[in-house]
Amino acid sequence: MSTDNLEEYNGLCVFIEQRDGNPARVSLELLDEGRTLADKLGADVTAILIGENVSGIAQELIYYGADRVIIADDPIAKDYRTEVYTDIIVEQVLKEKPEILLIGATCIGRDLAPRLSARLNTGCTADCTELDIDTEMRLIIAIKPFFGRNLMADIVCPFHRPQMVTVRPGVMELKAQDRGRKGELIYIDINLKEADTKVKVLETVRSTSDAVSLEEADKVVAAGMGVDNQEGFEMLKELADLLGAQIGTTSLPVDAGWISEDKKIGQTGKTIRPRLYIGCGVSGAIQHSAGMINSELIVAINTNPKADIFNFADYGIIGDVSKIVPALIKELKSIKDLT
Amino acid sequence: MDIVVCIKQVPETNEIGWDPKTGTLIRESTGGILNPNDKNAIEAALQLREKHGGLITAISMGPPQAGDALREALGMGADKAILLSDRQFAGADTLSTSYALSLALKKIVRFDLILCGKESSDGMTAQVGPQLAELLNLPQLTNAMEIIINSNSVRIKQKLEDGFRILKTSFPALITVEREMNQPRIPPMDSIMEAYREKDVLVWGVGNLGGDKERIGLKGSPTQSRKVYTKIVKKGEITLLEGEPDKVARELIQILKNKDLL
Repeated sequence: MSTDNLEEYNGLCVFIEQRDGNPARVSLELLDEGRTLADKLGADVTAILIGENVSGIAQELIYYGADRVIIADDPIAKDYRTEVYTDIIVEQVLKEKPEILLIGATCIGRDLAPRLSARLNTGCTADCTELDIDTEMRLIIAIKPFFGRNLMADIVCPFHRPQMVTVRPGVMELKAQDRGRKGELIYIDINLKEADTKVKVLETVRSTSDAVSLEEADKVVAAGMGVDNQEGFEMLKELADLLGAQIGTTSLPVDAGWISEDKKIGQTGKTIRPRLYIGCGVSGAIQHSAGMINSELIVAINTNPKADIFNFADYGIIGDVSKIVPALIKELKSIKDLT
Repeated sequence: MDIVVCIKQVPETNEIGWDPKTGTLIRESTGGILNPNDKNAIEAALQLREKHGGLITAISMGPPQAGDALREALGMGADKAILLSDRQFAGADTLSTSYALSLALKKIVRFDLILCGKESSDGMTAQVGPQLAELLNLPQLTNAMEIIINSNSVRIKQKLEDGFRILKTSFPALITVEREMNQPRIPPMDSIMEAYREKDVLVWGVGNLGGDKERIGLKGSPTQSRKVYTKIVKKGEITLLEGEPDKVARELIQILKNKDLL
């Protein structure tokens, strides 16, 4: 049941997720990464942009690395719907025959990608954190951590096309756009009728919080097992506020109910790459570190000198969070008083 | 309202064994439990049955001991249990698993809803639900925080990163269930005992399912693990700050200041 005429497949496609005409950051990250991978193969990058009134962002996609942007701009595609988006993408894949299809592992991407893979009868590797290319075999190597152990797996899809991969938001670096890049915009018609769709979107509610999301935070103060009570948490919040940082956490404080699930960093939570990460009582096990290893500057505070985090931190303080954090707060306040 | 709940037995501990020859998980190596998210799917089915009546069938694919997960589903209150178990299923990736499940669902014929947990705690791909929906040509409603049934339609509240949506479709449909939808009941010991004594787990092999043998098990899996390895994460040399809390705090803040991070 492998794909016929494998050699006919060429080029790399990226699905561009958008909301209200704004591209998802992960889609841009994938264009950037896709550009690098495609260059190794000597192949083109095609962005697939679907929605209503979305054409305005097509040019930006070229600046981020696309050679071509296929634009399906139609009222029927206003809201993401599995069936509509699957139909549109499958038609383009069968026509364009890309060898690789990349999708961000967002809620929408994780709904769409497996549906596409089943329709196209191809393999999809979910939630990867790194990508590489075997140029000789023209295979994308999808690299992902495995739950529960410091294990990584390289996964390939040798005999089916396109090779599909979903990639977690935030794991790829987003470089600046190149406004000198040129590319082609291709508008396609959608031949789907609203009457034929099985799923209707009755209502969409966005949470109104203005706070910067953890993934986009510039600085993060993370709580681990070493912060084992509510007072400890209040103290970390004070430190975070003084630094202008967001609070993140390992899974234990979430399970204990001290902090909400959306602050969790790691394999079952968010992936971050802030300029500054301060781990307070964080041991650095893969479940957490998989989500923060790309932070620019890592500071670790832990009583256990053998904690994993000291293997990859830039600065380490071997000591008790309940003593070090108040000292940091005191120091920060004294500097603020001076200025 | 007849409901099929797809469940999975997952390793109990974090210690997962690997077969170095095939690069696939060795599930026999540890004790197995019912995937925590699947309990929410079973609970959702039980609550729907309380309101709307009908039959709940739990289905799983795995080695013979995965029958224990199905017994737990029966203990929670499912009416029937089917285990897809055959050496030929071994090494299946998500697509090949979905294909085998789709054959079984076609054999079951009568159902209004298929419920799945949001994702398994071992693979965490969340792919089998949508792939199964596609292979059965059903609408999929993923990440449901709430299910509301009307006479001929179903609505869900779908969880998204930045909020939620209300989706509506007709029957039959496949829904994946978020953890916050409900608090799964803990079956009393005697109902689990009863599930072992008085209820049957039907076992279907490749021969019972028919279908295309080339799409079953390892050889029917488009994805392959090429290499499994331990990643050593080392960014470089660490600088340790030592001494009294006030001293190290001063040093660290100075470093952050010098790096323009304050």
